[in-house]
Amino acid sequence: MTPTPTAGEISAYLKRRARWSPLEVAFWVFAFATIWLFPDKYLILKDSAILALFALSLDLILGYAGIISLGQAAFFGFAGYFAGLVAKYGVVNEPVIALICAGLVAAALGFVTSFLVLRGTDLTRLMVTLGVSLMLGELANRYSNITGGADGLQGVEIAPVLGRFNFDLYGHNAYVYCLIVLFVCFLIARRIVYSPFGLSLRAVKGNVLRAAAIGIPVKWRLVSIYTVSAGFAGIAGALLTQTTAFCSLDVFSLDRSADLLLVLIIGGTGYLYGGLIGAVIYKFLQDWIATLTPQYWQFWIGLVLVIIVLIGRERMAGWIAVVRVYMTGVVGRLLPNSAAITGDMQQGR
Amino acid sequence: MLTILFDGVAYGMLLFVLACGLSVTLGLMNFINLAHGAFAMAGGYCTVVLVNQLGVPFALGLPLAFLFTALLGGFLERTLYVHVYARSHLDQVLFTIGLVFMSVASVDYVMGSSQQFVQIPDALQGQFNVFGIGMGKYRLFIIGICGLLTVILQLILAKTRFGSRLRAAVDDQRVARGLGINVGAVFGITFAVGSGLAGLGGALGAEILGLDPTFPLKYMIYFLIVVTVGGTSSITGPFFASILLGIGDVAGKYYVPKLGAFVIYAIMIAVLILRPQGLFARSTAR
Repeated sequence: MTPTPTAGEISAYLKRRARWSPLEVAFWVFAFATIWLFPDKYLILKDSAILALFALSLDLILGYAGIISLGQAAFFGFAGYFAGLVAKYGVVNEPVIALICAGLVAAALGFVTSFLVLRGTDLTRLMVTLGVSLMLGELANRYSNITGGADGLQGVEIAPVLGRFNFDLYGHNAYVYCLIVLFVCFLIARRIVYSPFGLSLRAVKGNVLRAAAIGIPVKWRLVSIYTVSAGFAGIAGALLTQTTAFCSLDVFSLDRSADLLLVLIIGGTGYLYGGLIGAVIYKFLQDWIATLTPQYWQFWIGLVLVIIVLIGRERMAGWIAVVRVYMTGVVGRLLPNSAAITGDMQQGR
Repeated sequence: MLTILFDGVAYGMLLFVLACGLSVTLGLMNFINLAHGAFAMAGGYCTVVLVNQLGVPFALGLPLAFLFTALLGGFLERTLYVHVYARSHLDQVLFTIGLVFMSVASVDYVMGSSQQFVQIPDALQGQFNVFGIGMGKYRLFIIGICGLLTVILQLILAKTRFGSRLRAAVDDQRVARGLGINVGAVFGITFAVGSGLAGLGGALGAEILGLDPTFPLKYMIYFLIVVTVGGTSSITGPFFASILLGIGDVAGKYYVPKLGAFVIYAIMIAVLILRPQGLFARSTAR
C-alpha cells in the first residue's frame, strides 16, 4: 500500500505541475514576437487573439468541467454590446476599465444562467445554453432603438487605451492590446486550473458522483467556473467591439458558438493551449479557404469537422502528443538546464 | 383568434412530421443529430426540382421526396453515422454540425442562395370560409396529410411486430439485443423512415416555412425543442409538443411580432428547468 501523501508532498506536487515549461515560455515569446515579425498580418492576428480568448473561455468549462455549451456567444455578445454602449454614450471612456466592467457584467450574466445548466443531461444543457444566446439575440433585435437592431451598433467611438495609445488604421495598437489582454487572461486561467480548485474541477468532470462523495461541492464548483468562463467570453466580446468600433446581431449567432467548438477541437481540449493554437489554425485556414472559394468556405469547414470526428479526437490528440514530445525535446536541447522539468506539460494532461 | 389556432395547428403538425424521426433516433441510439434539418431541406429541394423543373405533378412529387430522402438517410446512416453512435455527445454534435455546414454550402452551390417556391396546384390554393373562419386550403391539406401520417405511425408503433421491436429497443437496447432483436437493422430502417418523413415535411412545408440553403440551421432549434420538450419515449409527447410549439409560435409572432421567437425560447427553457426529461416523459430512469 502506498502511504498517504503528506500535505507537504501535495503542495510540492501542485507546485511542480504549475511550473512553466520551456515550451510554454517559447510559445509566449513567439506570440509576442509576432508583433514585429508579421506587421502586415495584424488584422487576422488580432482576430485570432480574440478568438483564442473566446476559445479559452469555452475550454475552461468544456475541457475542465465537462459542460458542453453551444451558448458561449451569449456572453460574448452581451459584453460586446455593453462595451459598445458604454463607449457610445461616454459612460466609461477608458477602454481598459470598460473591458473589465464588460467582463464583470458578462460574469454576472454567467452566474445567473449557470443555475440553468446545472440540471439535466448533455442535450438539455445544449438546448438551454443555445436558448439563452438566442433569447439575447431576439432581445437585441427587439430593442433596436438601443442596439441598432439589424444594422448593428453604430457611432461607437473608442477612446485611446490608457489615454495614450490610439487605435490606428494598421491595427498595430489593437493587436498589441488584444495580445496583452489575452496573456493576462491566460495567466489567470492558468492559475485557476493548476490550483486545487482546478484539480477538483477535473474530478467533477471525471465522475460527478465520486467527486461529490469525496466532499467536493459539485454544484458550486460548476457555478463558479461557469461564471469565470462567462467573464472571459465577455472580455473577448468587448475586445471585438472595442477594436472594430462596431457590434452587430451576429455576435449572438449559432455559427459563432459552433465555430468555437471547432476551434477547440482543432487545438484539443483540456490543456489551455488548445484554444490558442486552434484559433490561429482556424483563422488562417478560414482565410486561406475564403480566398480560394469566397462563398463556400463553410463546406470545407464542415468537411474538416466531419473528418476530425471520423478519425477520432483521441487519435488526433495522440498525434499532437507526439509532436509535443518532439518539440519539448527540441526546446530542451536548446535550453539544456531545463531538461529535468520538460516532462511536466505532458503530466499536466 | 381561431384562424391563429388553425394556422398554429397546421404549423405544429408540420413540425411533428419534420421532427418525429429525430425523436426516435435520439431515444433509440441516444444520438444527437443536429443534421436532421438537412434531410428536410433535401426533400424540399427535391420537390422543387421535380415539380418546377421536370413538371412532375405535385401529388407524385411528395412521395418521391419521401423516397429520395429516405434513401439518402439510409445511405448516410450505413456509411457515416454508424461510426459515430458510440462516441461522446460532443463528437456527435461536432459531426452533425459539420454535416449541416456542408449541406448548406453545397445546396447554395447547386441551387443558389435565393428562396425557392414549390408550385402548388390550383386546387390547393385559396381559402375556405367556415363559420367566419378563414382556412387556407393548403393548410387544411397539410393538417390532413400530417394527421393521417400520425395515425399511421402510431398504428405501426402500437400494432405491428416492427413497432414492438422498435419500442423494445428504445426501452432497453441491451435487453432487446439479448432477445435476438437486430437493433442495428431496426435503427437503420427507422433512421431512413425518419429522414424520409423529414424530407416529406420539408416538401410540404416549403410554402409555409420558406426554403433556402440556411433551412437546416434556421429550423434545427425548432426540431430540438420539439424533441427535448416532448421527450423521446413515445410519439405522443413530441406530437403534443409540436402542436404547442406551432400554436405558441404563430400566436407569439401575431401578438408580439417584434419579440419574434423569444416567447418560444423562454417557454423551452422554463420547461427544461422544471422537467429536464421533457414534458411527457414516462420515467427518469434512463
